[in-house]
Amino acid sequence: MGLESSFENNVITTLLDKVVNWARKGSLWPMPFGTACCAIEMMAALGPRWDMSRFGSEVIRFSPRQSDLMIVSGRISIKMMPVLLKIWEQMPEPKWCISMGACASCGGIFDTYTLVQGVDQFIPVDVYIPGCPPRPENVIDAVLKLQEKIGRERVREKVHGA
Amino acid sequence: MALETDRLRERFADELLEAGEPCGQPVVAVKRGRIAEILRFLKEDPALAFDSLTDVTAVDYMNRDLWERFAVVYNLYSFSRNARFRVKAFVPEADPSIASAASIWAGATWAEREAYDMYGIRFEGHPDLRRILMPDDYPGHPLRKDYPLKGRGERANFRRYTAQED
Ligand code: SF4
Repeated sequence: MGLESSFENNVITTLLDKVVNWARKGSLWPMPFGTACCAIEMMAALGPRWDMSRFGSEVIRFSPRQSDLMIVSGRISIKMMPVLLKIWEQMPEPKWCISMGACASCGGIFDTYTLVQGVDQFIPVDVYIPGCPPRPENVIDAVLKLQEKIGRERVREKVHGA
Repeated sequence: MALETDRLRERFADELLEAGEPCGQPVVAVKRGRIAEILRFLKEDPALAFDSLTDVTAVDYMNRDLWERFAVVYNLYSFSRNARFRVKAFVPEADPSIASAASIWAGATWAEREAYDMYGIRFEGHPDLRRILMPDDYPGHPLRKDYPLKGRGERANFRRYTAQED
């Protein structure tokens, strides 16, 4: 006698946005783009101690084709940015991006000839995490904020660059 | 004076610019012309036997009134003698080139590529002298002292990936 028996032969009306967003936000599959020290904290967030799977986003995919959340954690040099862009383009819609740490968000202390001063110049960032490096709790907080944000999205409008 | 310096002075007296022993490690400054011979001698002379090249790098002595603007620095180590030695070969700004040490110690290749990338010093006879850290189409040599820390706009105008490239 499960819950389904009490809904038997029944109809529920809701907004399509709500159902779709609910489904999307509960299982984000992150694509880790870890290039520096921040990536260590991202790994900690995914590991057993902080366990991001409690929030439905532990299925790290190392293939962009299978992921819908890019976590940029680390410095992005001008040699790496074309690679990041390529991987971003390879991720299917819908997709989101978390920019983790000072370096990914604004270049951090590396205001130098080789470093991109914020990945948001090239790809749309949904959530920024401040810190150098941010703690794993911040990463989890960012995922929760992103989930809130996804909950407010309009499904028909959610296509990057369209 | 150190054994290394004495042996060099016997063979290459005209090439030596200066010799010293800062912090207990013998260092010589030389002209760049016969650098390959000098390095090969340091490696093959049985009394010296510098079988290992620890590093090749460069220094920009801009505005320092030395012999030339750049110095290519060879850090040598002898396993059999447990001894270290440093050779600095001075290279002029107008023609920043020097013979490659890659045929003497194969390990020189990547270090010379880095010195080329960062200082623009060409290593003649190097088997594959490409940039090693910066993008291949990068215009400058960023470790030169007159290169601005924030670059010359490279980080804003670099080649971008476009979806058509696939
Ligand atoms: S923000 Fe700090 S911890 Fe993160 S990549 Fe930059 S330097 Fe490393």
